[in-house]
Amino acid sequence: MNAPLRKAGVVILVLFGLLFANLNWVQGYKADEYRTNDYNGRVQVAEYEVPRGIIEADGQALASNKLTDDELKYLRQYPKKQIYAPIVGYKPVNLGEVGIERAEDEFLSGASDKLFADRVSAMFTGDEAGGGNVVLSVRTKAQEVAWKQLTGNERGVKKGSAVAINPRTGAIQAMVSMPSYDPNPLATHDTEDAAAEYKKLNADKDKPLLNRAVAETYPPGSTFKVIVTAAALQNGYDQSTQIPAGPLYTAPGSGAPIKNSSAGTCPERQVNLKEALTESCNTGYAQLGVKLGGDKVKKAAQDWGFEQEDLTVGSLEGTGLAVAASRMGKIQNPDGSTDLAGLAQSSIGQKDVRMTTMQGAMIAATVANGGKQMRPYLVQQLLSPDRRPIYNANPQTLRTPVSSDIADDLREMMVSVVENGTGKRAQVDGFEVGGKTGTAENAEGADDHGWFIGFAYNDKGEAVSAVCVMLENVPGGHASSEAARISGLILKAAAGQGGD
Amino acid sequence: MPRVPGTKTGRNAELGLLALAMIIVAAYGATVEANQFDKITPTFWVPAALLSALFVALHLVVRFTALYADPVLIPTVALINGLGVGFLRRLDLARAIAQKQPEPGIFAGVGGRQLAWTLAALVLAAVLLIVIRDHKTVSRYAYTLGLVGIVLVMIPAVLPASISEINGARLWIRIGSFSIQPGEFAKLALVSFFAYYLVRKREVLSLASRRVLGVDFPRGRDLGPVITVWMLSLLVLVFEKDLGTALLYFGLFVVTLYVATERVSWLIIGLVMFFGGVYVAYLLGASVGGPFANFYDRATVWLDPFAAENYNRVGGSYQLVQSLLGLGTGGLFGTGPGAGSPSKVPEVRTDFIFAGMGEEIGLFGLSALLICYLLIVERGLRAALGVRDSFGKLVAGGLAFTLGLQVFVILGGITGLIPLTGQTTPFLSAGGSSLMANWLLIAMLLRISDAGRRPASGGPAPSSGGPKQPPAQLHGAMTEVIKP
Repeated sequence: MNAPLRKAGVVILVLFGLLFANLNWVQGYKADEYRTNDYNGRVQVAEYEVPRGIIEADGQALASNKLTDDELKYLRQYPKKQIYAPIVGYKPVNLGEVGIERAEDEFLSGASDKLFADRVSAMFTGDEAGGGNVVLSVRTKAQEVAWKQLTGNERGVKKGSAVAINPRTGAIQAMVSMPSYDPNPLATHDTEDAAAEYKKLNADKDKPLLNRAVAETYPPGSTFKVIVTAAALQNGYDQSTQIPAGPLYTAPGSGAPIKNSSAGTCPERQVNLKEALTESCNTGYAQLGVKLGGDKVKKAAQDWGFEQEDLTVGSLEGTGLAVAASRMGKIQNPDGSTDLAGLAQSSIGQKDVRMTTMQGAMIAATVANGGKQMRPYLVQQLLSPDRRPIYNANPQTLRTPVSSDIADDLREMMVSVVENGTGKRAQVDGFEVGGKTGTAENAEGADDHGWFIGFAYNDKGEAVSAVCVMLENVPGGHASSEAARISGLILKAAAGQGGD
Repeated sequence: MPRVPGTKTGRNAELGLLALAMIIVAAYGATVEANQFDKITPTFWVPAALLSALFVALHLVVRFTALYADPVLIPTVALINGLGVGFLRRLDLARAIAQKQPEPGIFAGVGGRQLAWTLAALVLAAVLLIVIRDHKTVSRYAYTLGLVGIVLVMIPAVLPASISEINGARLWIRIGSFSIQPGEFAKLALVSFFAYYLVRKREVLSLASRRVLGVDFPRGRDLGPVITVWMLSLLVLVFEKDLGTALLYFGLFVVTLYVATERVSWLIIGLVMFFGGVYVAYLLGASVGGPFANFYDRATVWLDPFAAENYNRVGGSYQLVQSLLGLGTGGLFGTGPGAGSPSKVPEVRTDFIFAGMGEEIGLFGLSALLICYLLIVERGLRAALGVRDSFGKLVAGGLAFTLGLQVFVILGGITGLIPLTGQTTPFLSAGGSSLMANWLLIAMLLRISDAGRRPASGGPAPSSGGPKQPPAQLHGAMTEVIKP
């Protein structure tokens, strides 16, 4: 029996040899990879050893840190909870970061190359370096008014969004998405609680985690008429050009006639362009679009920012919140010719036209800025841990869809909308306000979406703010009037007036 | 049993090695305190001293009852056991510090309980050495032990899952906060039974009927017992949802069978049957699910532990991944005892204790531990070589091999070498069942090694159980004497 016993010994020796070889693999060859693996909580312990940078706006902390007794030293806190969640996002222990917390993660965590010098000096002084601070362009007054007015809207609308931009720089003054969520439970160090909270929010049918201002597109309705107007002005029309209107219009090849929102809207055979926009004349714009042709309407939309797929709002140098592309949709028959009925519908912002709230605000801002569209941004400044400026936003022109003359025409016409037309509820004392309403049919039997895009000039003639408010499925008709009212209040707050 | 003049017992060497082991354990405790408290408390030596007292007591029992027993076994096992207690106490300290509680007492916490279990286990080992003066007497109760072994194996499978299931594997009997793993004790009983059975049947089982590719295969009708045990182990696999245990019992049987008959064919048949069965279970788990689903889950998790869908699934690869990350973080030298974050590894007190320690003592420390285990197994096999009777050979060989196989199954599992199964790490894992059963195993090896190394009365004394043995045939002849 001794020979097999010895062989059994050899078997054990081989098995242990395998164990030893595998240990070498795990603890030697793969050690570095495992040490820095995302699943490795020890990496987190090190990450949480130093305070993450503050995210702030107007001197108010939107994301800050609290010293804890946990193994993870600092707890990330969001004192403003829901109001800023769509912008700031959150930094969870186990899940991926979201929002500015994600876009500026390197800088906030202190790992950015921009903070190299600070890390070196911290090594010599022995201080903990920590992360850099991010100053947002957001005006807290405008953001709070937008949040308050949106969530407390007079129609009981549950979902919607608002964006306000400084037309001259592109600095985002407010960005609200409703419903929102409280980021604090997601950032808790109890990873199971955080995962449960995420699961709950993710399963919510109202999608509170979705940033409706940038990540969702909707049919823009009549707000799209601004772009069709711009196309007309570029093709030889002026404010007083008479265009065919009437109570009904049936496009060639289409059975369903296009109507106006009320019998009193442009029943005449002809109206001039300014009146058509002021009254939001559907029959007029449907015919105008068909007259101009699909290519010109499409090109105009593209000139104003439609179809751009890579726009992000964050820092002008780096990444940010991805903005979904606004779309014209197909206006083609199967044989390749222009679908005129579709073009008529598209010209009043229906059919397959889709727009983000951000795009709406950018259109208004471009008009207010004399035809120059500034690239929108959220990060105004990056500060080192000892608050030395490292980056300042340097406004960039994104595109120039129209000349300043045409922009001035558009401005006059949009002011007429607010002073004499459908957008009267957006008026603000002491400011020249212009804009365009939009009421968009979206689904069979559902209430219309309500839109308003607009801008305000102060008494010195400076464009102070451009806004877009979008309310989903507004019950009770006249969907855009509540959007116009909220827009006026946001414009006022963004201009430094109103609010608390 | 007086000492034969002019012979070496190895007892003084044992005492010396034991002192060395305890110095390492004390140093480990001191390092833990230095890293946890930033200072070494004046009482750091107390657990090591208590353990030393216990082991020295066992050493004294051995001096009186098994004078010629292998001197390496006790110190090596004592070292592993001591480090286990030290590591568990280290986890207690970390928890107490985190919860701002005072340092736990010597017998408080999991580490303290392990210390108490060590006392119980050593008492059992001593009792075994005192009561069983000749290992051959065990064969008288072979059938009883066989029955007891099977009952112990089957109990958790029969009991409702609420009593027997922990982390998906049904290996326990839980009563309140108290739980025992009957399978740990079943090993001992089954080895004794197999050894007795095979000594009696080895002639029949050695008969070859057919030669294929130079290997003698047994007659079909002699396959009965091996098929029975194979079925039993697959039932364990399916109903207790534990591949490791199944592999352990089956490996134990096949190896004792091979040693008894010296027929390689048994090994081949056994391996083919086992891995064939496992593969079929895997396929059934993938297609049918049901009782096979657990095993299929474990296998998929093992194949790609870092896949997000495996990692995030309940009962997925989270444990294995955290174990690997802990080991990887430790790297070659480890973070130092007390300086790592072993609590990030789930079940770090039981199944994953090796991974928890690995973060702190590194590849070098773990390799040393691995060599200690290897030393124990090889010393056990040496006892089997040295003893003169077949029953003793099979018991010692079977026990030593099973111990080695168990170490392989659990360490292979937590390092991703083989699919993970719920086994304890002998002498390290927290828990009384495992500690007591394995110390009983060591006591049995001590007893058998004593028989093998004791000089034949009157004759010239061999200094150790070397290869100077009577011809193999005589071993069989001696077994006739011990018929019940």
